[in-house]
Amino acid sequence: MPIVTDSGFDFETQADAMLSLEALLSGGGDPASGLEVANDTDPRDLVPHFDGIGLIAVTFPNFADGRGFSLARRLRALGYEGRLRAKGHVISDQYPMARACGFDEVEIDEALATRQPEEHWLAVTSLSGHALRARG
Amino acid sequence: MSKTPALQVVTANDLLSGDVVFLSSGGCWRRELQHATLVRTAGDAAFLMAQAEQHEAYVVGPYLAEVMQDDAGRLEPVHYRERIRTLGPSNRPDLGRQAEGLAEVTHVSV
Amino acid sequence: MYRYDEFDDRFVRERVASFRSQVERRLSGALTEDEFKPLRLQNGLYLQLHAYMLRVAIPYGTLDAPQMRQLAMIAERWDKGYGHFTTRQNIQFNWPTLQDVPAILDALADVGMHAIQTSGNCIRNVTADHFAGAAADEIEDPRPTAEILRQWSGGHPEFAFLPRKFKIAVTGSPNDRAVTKAHDIGLRMLRNAAGEPGYEVIVGGGLGRTPMIGKVIREFLPKNDLLAYLESVLRVYNLHGRRDNKYKARIKILVHESKLENIRAEVEAEFERLMAEEAGPTHALSAKEVARIEACFAPPAFDDAPDRALDLDAALAADTDFRAWVKTNVTGHRQSGYRIVTVSLKLIGEAPGDASADQMRALADIAERYSVNELRVSHEQNIVLPHVRAVDLPEVFACLQQAGLATANIGQITDIIACPGMDYCALATARSIPVAQDIANHFSSPAQAAEIGKLQIKISGCINACGHHHVGHIGILGLEKAGIESYQITLGGDATETTAIGEYAGPGFAYDDVVPAIQRLMDAYLALRANPDEIFLQVYRRLGAAPFKAALYPASNGSTGSGSGGSGKRPPEPKPHLIASAQAHQATQAQFVFYHF
Repeated sequence: MPIVTDSGFDFETQADAMLSLEALLSGGGDPASGLEVANDTDPRDLVPHFDGIGLIAVTFPNFADGRGFSLARRLRALGYEGRLRAKGHVISDQYPMARACGFDEVEIDEALATRQPEEHWLAVTSLSGHALRARG
Repeated sequence: MSKTPALQVVTANDLLSGDVVFLSSGGCWRRELQHATLVRTAGDAAFLMAQAEQHEAYVVGPYLAEVMQDDAGRLEPVHYRERIRTLGPSNRPDLGRQAEGLAEVTHVSV
Repeated sequence: MYRYDEFDDRFVRERVASFRSQVERRLSGALTEDEFKPLRLQNGLYLQLHAYMLRVAIPYGTLDAPQMRQLAMIAERWDKGYGHFTTRQNIQFNWPTLQDVPAILDALADVGMHAIQTSGNCIRNVTADHFAGAAADEIEDPRPTAEILRQWSGGHPEFAFLPRKFKIAVTGSPNDRAVTKAHDIGLRMLRNAAGEPGYEVIVGGGLGRTPMIGKVIREFLPKNDLLAYLESVLRVYNLHGRRDNKYKARIKILVHESKLENIRAEVEAEFERLMAEEAGPTHALSAKEVARIEACFAPPAFDDAPDRALDLDAALAADTDFRAWVKTNVTGHRQSGYRIVTVSLKLIGEAPGDASADQMRALADIAERYSVNELRVSHEQNIVLPHVRAVDLPEVFACLQQAGLATANIGQITDIIACPGMDYCALATARSIPVAQDIANHFSSPAQAAEIGKLQIKISGCINACGHHHVGHIGILGLEKAGIESYQITLGGDATETTAIGEYAGPGFAYDDVVPAIQRLMDAYLALRANPDEIFLQVYRRLGAAPFKAALYPASNGSTGSGSGGSGKRPPEPKPHLIASAQAHQATQAQFVFYHF
């Protein structure tokens, strides 16, 4: 399960068992090692817990479902400053979008990592992607 | 009204050219309907489709299309969509397969 | 006109490189077809019935002569010598191969054009009034707004995988020529009581399977808040729009199901949050940037051309063809001495919106010489020369005649909108183009068309309504019924500021019965109108559908039920009712006897 960042694939970082949203909201666990949420989560539910959350992983059930991008933007807007990960079916062409929306990294499965190897991801990290944004 | 068993072929578009192609013997994709592999039963149709779906590297969107066969064995699509697809735009006889000369499109025997 | 700066250029070049890489990765298997498809769609590439189709963006329908010439070059070099101008002010090439597309995109980038977001579940190419900057009734030029939206939406990282496509239209005139109420978002430029510029924001309009007229979500949005507000609408839609059913995924369904006031509250809350953020580059433009864009659309240097001249009067008096063309194809301009010329791409018997490479080059030459180098594509699939001096009209007409583009039928029965339909489109259920050709051939007499007057026929080849049939005075929708084409007629639609969805008239007609049905509608209209100035739509509004339904279904005497035959029965299918003058269209049909079902 590689983690993709701007410097490429990282196979070292252990994917810790992550807490579910239900467990967090019912007070049944510590989110310090990570919290995994679906892309239809209401981000306002997480605000009181932001300080204790070590990592939020937003799941992407399918690359064509773009809700995770807006959820990331909302989490950032609400003040979440910790690590934010897009997890699941995210293709290399979407990496710049994920970064621009506030994600720090992407977690993909072995099969996708084999089909879309590290160089495909590194090739897109420098794209500006957006004329308006680039112009600043 | 009695219905004869449907005669079907598998058709798709060529990945590179976009051309209409038909799954033919030996697993080849050919532009001529007359060369298409015919199936008559649901089992054969499923088998042929399963074969077609292995060919994502060559074609896009394979599906089954119903065809008719005349006494001379010549195949023709049943549905008007497939007829237009096989020949070209009906308002532009100078474009599409129909423009390549009717001879090629019609004379081929199996 | 807007000119690309280094950022625009870098953006489109990067996109071409990305697409070239995506094609390579599709061929290598790194991208599956499921993954590649939305990527190619977002670069304008469809796979249609016979071939790939590339839809090139013409932002808000504006292009210059070199761009038009480049389109002609592309048509000849990589396609089959023609292009199809669409109801979304774009152009489509119907025959490119996958491997040629990156080279075509390079050629587009060379003239400051692209095919980005002309398809896919993203914010589509923004459309606007095709008379922008020239219209006499304009409050404010919508093009700077449309250009800002092009830059904001192009490659927007958050909104590339929406539940469904998202279309935005802008108008700066009270007379709405951009169909703003039939878009996901319509923007109408206006001024508030204090005289400040802003927008009325309309949301949730659309045609397709579930036609809906857009609703006002914000009565007045200050101009500077536009991007933050749109960003809020899009975010609410991206998070809450339905993804379980593609036919219910447009924002119009979200607004309908969740109620406008709830969506408005969500959007306003998001908007408030965004405005409170330190304005980031995604939703704020500097005054300098706005000024840079607005400067691109400064009015051209109009000269002191006379509004009338002896030569022009003489030409009008002497040449009846010219006079007829001026009457139908020439519109008043905001600048005295100038006129707007609409060039009809509805040549009688030709496919609506199609233009050959030669015609494109002729249009480019004429625009360069007579229209300050500018052209527009209208959503009605015609070409507009926005700034023509009145005294040049005879020469422009002569040039158009030479190019075979002087058809005088704008706004008339033969100026038909038609989607590509089953002759090209993989989604179509019936043909559209040949229906338009048959109607135009049948009503080809200019005198007859003039007698009928203003009439909009719009034809779609499937329920997705690319031919805007819902808002045609007469709409024609091609469907399949038991293996053959069947055409439903709707009546009373309206695409202007008084937007209306046409009313379904009754059972569908077989292909051959469409032209006779339209003839019966025209006979009824001519008999019913109070005076020659009362157009079809006005008669329909005055009298309702009943007399027209009676004309369409004569055997059952319409919906009154007082005619022959039993009561309570479905009206019988109309008999073929070929009129002598309808024989003309048979000639064009003969060569397609294979399709003549």
